[in-house]
Amino acid sequence: MSEEKKPKRRDFLFTASYALGAVGVGAAVWPLVDQMNPDQSVKALASTEVDVSSLEPGKSITVLWRGKPVFIRRRTQEEIAEARSVDLKDLPHPEKDEDRAKNPEWLVMLGVCTHLGCVPLGDKGEYNGWFCPCHGSHYDTSGRIRKGPAPTNLEIPKYEFVNTNIIKIG
Amino acid sequence: MSDHNYVPSSKLGKWFNDRLPLLTLSAHLREYPTPKNLNYWWTFGGILTFCLIAQIVTGIVLGMHYVAHADLAFDSVEHIMRDVNYGWLIRYVHANGASMFFLAVYIHIFRSLYYGSYKSPREVIWILGMIIYVLMMATAFMGYVLPWGQMSFWGATVITNLFSAIPLIGESITNWLWGGYAVDNPTLTRFFSLHYLFPFLILGLVILHIWALHVPGNNNPIGIDLKKPSKDTVPFHPYIVIKDIFALLLFLIVFAFFVFYSPNILGHSDNYIEANPMVTPAHIVPEWYLLPFYAILRSVPDKLLGVVAMFASIFILVILPWLDTSKVRSAIFRPLFRQFYWILVLDVLILGYMGAMPAEGTYLLIARIATAYYFIHFLIILPVLSSKEKTLPIPLSITEPILGGAPKPEMVKKDKLH
Amino acid sequence: MKKYFKSILTIFFSLSFLCQNAYSAEKQELLKVDWSFKGYFGKFDRASLQRGYQVYNEVCASCHSMKYLSYRNLAETGGPEFSKEQAKAIAASFEVTDGPNDDGEMFTRPAKLSDKFVNPYSNDKEAIASNGGAYPPDMSVLVKARSGGANYIYSVLLGYEDPPSGISLDDGVYYNKYMYGNAIKMPKVLEDGLVEYNDGTEATEAQMAKDVVSFLSWAAEPHLEARHKIGFKAIIYLFILTLLAYFSMKRLWSRIEPKI
Repeated sequence: MSEEKKPKRRDFLFTASYALGAVGVGAAVWPLVDQMNPDQSVKALASTEVDVSSLEPGKSITVLWRGKPVFIRRRTQEEIAEARSVDLKDLPHPEKDEDRAKNPEWLVMLGVCTHLGCVPLGDKGEYNGWFCPCHGSHYDTSGRIRKGPAPTNLEIPKYEFVNTNIIKIG
Repeated sequence: MSDHNYVPSSKLGKWFNDRLPLLTLSAHLREYPTPKNLNYWWTFGGILTFCLIAQIVTGIVLGMHYVAHADLAFDSVEHIMRDVNYGWLIRYVHANGASMFFLAVYIHIFRSLYYGSYKSPREVIWILGMIIYVLMMATAFMGYVLPWGQMSFWGATVITNLFSAIPLIGESITNWLWGGYAVDNPTLTRFFSLHYLFPFLILGLVILHIWALHVPGNNNPIGIDLKKPSKDTVPFHPYIVIKDIFALLLFLIVFAFFVFYSPNILGHSDNYIEANPMVTPAHIVPEWYLLPFYAILRSVPDKLLGVVAMFASIFILVILPWLDTSKVRSAIFRPLFRQFYWILVLDVLILGYMGAMPAEGTYLLIARIATAYYFIHFLIILPVLSSKEKTLPIPLSITEPILGGAPKPEMVKKDKLH
Repeated sequence: MKKYFKSILTIFFSLSFLCQNAYSAEKQELLKVDWSFKGYFGKFDRASLQRGYQVYNEVCASCHSMKYLSYRNLAETGGPEFSKEQAKAIAASFEVTDGPNDDGEMFTRPAKLSDKFVNPYSNDKEAIASNGGAYPPDMSVLVKARSGGANYIYSVLLGYEDPPSGISLDDGVYYNKYMYGNAIKMPKVLEDGLVEYNDGTEATEAQMAKDVVSFLSWAAEPHLEARHKIGFKAIIYLFILTLLAYFSMKRLWSRIEPKI
């Protein structure tokens, strides 16, 4: 073994050991991280079906989906008209009501204020929609932010009508 | 702690080190002069440190999913095993990790017994180690209760009932331990709380254990005092570190075989039956690492004396440095001690085996003989040996017996700079 | 030291071997099956698990619950691996009680994938009362809860015999060669042709026992296949890293002395 060659071989051996060791530590840490992700039983509850046949126009129900409240509102003709007549230029977060409620009579959205996650109150606020008591955000009859600190409109979850009576959320 | 003066090379390092000498500590740990003749039995200190950290990390993770309630504990463990991402892996590592921890600690203790590491000036290290060992048993016992299976429940019942042997106040103490009139939900929740706390006490004691070790330095296979640093020692880093890592990896291979290919072999099948206060399993056995003590407990026919004997068998280890007063540490130079040492090993293995057998007939007889011998070894044989035994001549340094294997001091120095 | 170590181990193991023989002499040797899920690369036999589910569902489920299993498990990898549609259809064939609804009343609906297996009894007391005072154990972790595991349950299923002369049993108690104490309150259930397998496998007693025990083994240890797979990789990895550490150690220590 000459003096010049020795350090090189040693370096390779040590580098390989360090690298392989690091891979192992990474692989061992992953399960410890992943265990905090939603588990199989939580994921299995990812969708809920709601029977809305008994809901009258002008009334809403709140259902729990993935641990969060979902507002389902059967809107009156006035509310729909009010939501659709708004000029998009007046909105902090411009979205057409037609895009938010595919079936204009039914508005389905997450009842979580986009500011800091409180649950807004129904039939309240300056725009006849929802009002968040935590920091004073006002939402209109389409759940769009009109006034207050919230940055965006109330979120619309993925949902579909299984039949005329049943909405499947998620 | 250390007698050298470390000066960090960078300005920031110096600023920080003047205020909190962590860099000095780190330098001390790296340069710590370690006998160069340590064999693989000495790698178990590092392995045990790993075991403790692994148990704490997996335990904290399990605590995120486990529910400490008599009605939900068993369900939550099944939830971990079935639904939580990698929950089965984490639980099996934790459950088998306890056994691996004890395997390592027994090797560590018996290494100490063979090479006389408990003798002056290392008595405090030894006593701290014994406290750690007792806390480990308490922690493991309470951990075994948490899944709330049949063995959990009945193991807890039997062990806590030991305290009812205390005259007059026994019943009050057991009721206090249980938080009721039997093992039930209050018992489970307090065991969970303490099972979470104790590992951190152990961690603190381990730091003291290592601190106490670094004062006199390591004992070594030939058990002589060394001049440090000298040609008989090597710096801890990298020489001992790499050796410890190599040994740890071998240990992990064994560990992995248990976790992945027979994760339940060290447990008891009855613990997959939910706790039922109306039905006792046919044959109650504690975890394997408590079996020798269980055998001692059962071999004494009197309830109170059995409990006393069991606790005495641990306490006797604490006072060992004053029972074995021979000036020669290592068994290598004590031919008679060495033979009795191996008889003790066999005796403890037999006790462990008898602890797993039903306490009747021949088994009970053998357990009684083994129990008696255990105490005779420590109370009679060791003190007599200490004064009567004719020991072999002891070498003056490590390098002396290994003729021709003299180290090159200039090489060692180069590595330190490297 | 080595010499002593060896002789101590030899003495101990020969002693324990003697004891073990004396202890287990009276025990009945279990029937042994060459299970596909044993061994380092062991995997479940999907077809057998699916048949096993059928046997559980048509035979065992009328008395035995499996409260830790959900219908979604039937479609998960490493299990029977029914298609999602099949699993949904299986779930939908059961009625579960849900509620309360907005009127405060409980109602029944077809089960969904996320629902747990339906329990045959509404509580343990009812289960005991309906079975002559013996609780039919939950079968979710039964294989792990019996020493002898899969072989034991297989043996018990096939171990019914007429009691030997001189042994008389009470009404509702049956003689079983492998059961602890030889007396069991569960009657013999498996008979040739009891179920009709869709895949054309002949439903003999032994076949049904094997299938249902496979199914129960999976139910007790649903991540067994992942465990075997990850374990193999982990151990190969550890071997390689151990070798590297060994050579690194040799190289480092070569500065001190030729050998350790």
